[in-house]
Amino acid sequence: MFHTKAYLRNQYECWGRVFRFEHGIEPVFWRDEAPKLESLPGPLLPYGMGRSYGDVCLNSGGVLLDTSYLNHFLTFDPQTGLLRCEAGVTLFEILDQFVPEGWFLPVTPGTKYVTVGGAIANDVHGKNHHVGGTFGCHVKRLELLRSSGERFLCSAEENAEMFRATIGGLGLTGLILWADIQLKKIEGPWIHMETEKFSNLDEFFGITEASDEAFELTAAWIDCATQTRGFQRGIVIRGNYGHEGAHKKSARAKGPRVAVPFDLPGFCMNRTVLRMFNAVYAGKQRKKRETGRVHYESFFYPLDILGNWNRLYGKKGFYQYQCMVTDDKKHSGCKALMKKVSDRRMDSFLAVLKKCGPIKSPGLLSFPREGIAVAMDFPNGGEKLLKFFKELDAIVQDYDGCVNLSKDARMPPESFKVFYPQWENFGKLKDPKFSSSFWRRVTGEAG
Amino acid sequence: MAAEIKRRKILVLGATSALGYEALKHFAKDGDQFFLVARNPKRLETVADDLKVRGAGKVETLQADFNDFDRHPKLIAQAVSALGGLTTVLIAHGLLPDQGACQKDYALTEEALRVNFLSEVSLLTIIANQFEEQKQGEIAVITSVAGDRGRASSYVYASAKAALDTFLSGLRNRLAKSNVQVLTIKPGLIETPMTANLERKPLIVKPTGVGRDIYKAILKKKEVLYTPWWWRIIMAVLVCIPEKIFKRTNL
Ligand SMILES: Cc1cc2nc3c(=O)[nH]c(=O)nc-3n(C[C@H](O)[C@H](O)[C@H](O)COP(=O)(O)OP(=O)(O)OC[C@H]3O[C@@H](n4cnc5c(N)ncnc54)[C@H](O)[C@@H]3O)c2cc1C
Ligand SMILES: NC(=O)c1ccc[n+]([C@@H]2O[C@H](COP(=O)([O-])OP(=O)(O)OC[C@H]3O[C@@H](n4cnc5c(N)ncnc54)[C@H](OP(=O)(O)O)[C@@H]3O)[C@@H](O)[C@H]2O)c1
Repeated sequence: MFHTKAYLRNQYECWGRVFRFEHGIEPVFWRDEAPKLESLPGPLLPYGMGRSYGDVCLNSGGVLLDTSYLNHFLTFDPQTGLLRCEAGVTLFEILDQFVPEGWFLPVTPGTKYVTVGGAIANDVHGKNHHVGGTFGCHVKRLELLRSSGERFLCSAEENAEMFRATIGGLGLTGLILWADIQLKKIEGPWIHMETEKFSNLDEFFGITEASDEAFELTAAWIDCATQTRGFQRGIVIRGNYGHEGAHKKSARAKGPRVAVPFDLPGFCMNRTVLRMFNAVYAGKQRKKRETGRVHYESFFYPLDILGNWNRLYGKKGFYQYQCMVTDDKKHSGCKALMKKVSDRRMDSFLAVLKKCGPIKSPGLLSFPREGIAVAMDFPNGGEKLLKFFKELDAIVQDYDGCVNLSKDARMPPESFKVFYPQWENFGKLKDPKFSSSFWRRVTGEAG
Repeated sequence: MAAEIKRRKILVLGATSALGYEALKHFAKDGDQFFLVARNPKRLETVADDLKVRGAGKVETLQADFNDFDRHPKLIAQAVSALGGLTTVLIAHGLLPDQGACQKDYALTEEALRVNFLSEVSLLTIIANQFEEQKQGEIAVITSVAGDRGRASSYVYASAKAALDTFLSGLRNRLAKSNVQVLTIKPGLIETPMTANLERKPLIVKPTGVGRDIYKAILKKKEVLYTPWWWRIIMAVLVCIPEKIFKRTNL
């Protein structure tokens, strides 16, 4: 069964929507009866929820293996918190089921609408990186289906090379069918949150240093709009899991309350986002420091309330630039990046900063490493923006950093090979029949 | 009465259906007990394991092909004894035949009618008598919006569903005085394995919402459920078009 025309709806896109490609779609209905990959035409690529910003989840002219039917739980051990589930299960489903039972995701990105397969293949990280590492650090075992039809059980002990290549492997090593994930014990759905304002980067680093010891969860928002005026105001957001329980119902996950039904004209983004941001930032927080108890939903997933918010950027879409730079006493890497942004007067309304810790991921191509991660969203600004990204790349390179592949839609091959020198090793473990638009773009490999 | 049914004992016929599964998830969360019947043992095991993790009180499985009519009485008896009675039955199996092929070959048409209508009738005959006697119970059967009007592209399937709709309407009428709910579930176009091969898919949606709608409709003792809800409006309009005009359309 091969459904080329049938599924050509615009739902198979990436989150930033700067690409629109045509794909053949092959749904994987049951994990025991996966389609015969050998006999499918063209390069193959698994597809989760398409929450990757760029083309790591796209395969122009090839076939996407839609994993949304692989949505079953297999086993759960309430003593140890070890969950075995199929790769298409979403983090939403895991939270909805297990938070009421006192378990949380070991690591979560800023949206719960991603699949377990996607979280592994992009080795996502979150607000607890400094103490918890990446998602891949908590994957104990997985089953991988290769295009040859072989199935591999992979873990740190068995098929260890394949395991390491698959974590952060961008879907290129084969199709993950299921995985064992170690959940984290919690006592309730609440987070004790503390926010603290800062007005320059030194202040940010000071607060972060103090926070990382006392808080399991930290990140910071920085308001780039004020940068051009010579200061960087922002908020450090930090928290710990609370000790109080809750009624089962309030512990359940919440779906989006509003959806953006269609593409807004591109120019709306400026005002819309600034207003949202001001409401959150200026409106809510007047004091230097505020504390409170919040639901995990509003702590981890504030953007999930608005379904399809990527449409706010209009038809042309947007880019996210996320990079890591190593840190030193003077924090010069991070400062150089922020200076470039303000010198060039680029319109990123919001940047997110996160200090990542030393815990190493097993993943071969994983993005997070020790240092400062900076993420910025930009409406698609054509050539001018792409040129600006290259300038940022140069700074990242100077500070031994790298750019996050799961957010990338523009990295030139030269930069990729510098940021990820292990790419050739990875290439040996890649499934010969799997490929993505991203992979072809950064390696120059043909379909 | 709703209050009497605390933990449901649910017999599911066609337990590996994507739509059925989406509904079962919600019941599992309530700690209900299941007797799952389907023809593919591996798939059946996948669904059973999942429902256990989600909180099901008990999950028993049985492999059966519903074309095997002779097995129907025994199969229901097995469910009753495994769960110690039944409160609820969900019939979710079905088959979308190739209309073009059916037009050429009556044997295929007959097969589609057997799976989509006669097998349900056979199963419901036994269940109805049992529920009538126990004076309570919930019967939920998935038919389709397609049954509301025959179209050139799918009238074999649609006529089986229409017949089932009518059968259920009569059954509801009969069992009302015995305190038995009969729910007719009419999904619109939903993304499931059944529809994966269709060329045209107007207004198709993911099955998650359908599952929730089915769950709520059973809890609320509804009679007929259109899901997603807008199909009720679409079908109401379609039904109003006079045959004189409708016969020339290509919907
Ligand atoms: C609002 C928002 C906030 C975010 N916040 C963060 C964050 O804080 N930290 C972070 O790290 N990321 C973050 N992300 C990125 C996101 O978490 C990742 O892109 C994630 O991998 C997306 O998962 P997905 O299920 O949508 O996968 P897709 O985007 O569909 O696919 C991602 C990759 O996984 C592969 N893949 C998917 N399923 C399988 C499978 N079964 N087997 C093998 N490979 C598979 C695909 O081939 C592709 O290469 C954020 C994204 C958004 C939209
Ligand atoms: N999807 C839609 O758009 C849609 C719309 C309206 C109505 N419906 C109805 O919804 C119901 C469920 O369909 P679905 O969409 O969930 O598709 P599905 O996942 O393909 O489910 C169909 C199920 O029927 C089972 N089945 C078919 N023939 C059988 C037989 N002879 N014996 C035992 N089991 C048999 C299949 O079992 P196997 O797993 O072994 O194949 C499968 O579990 C059907 O009645 C369908 O007509 C669907």
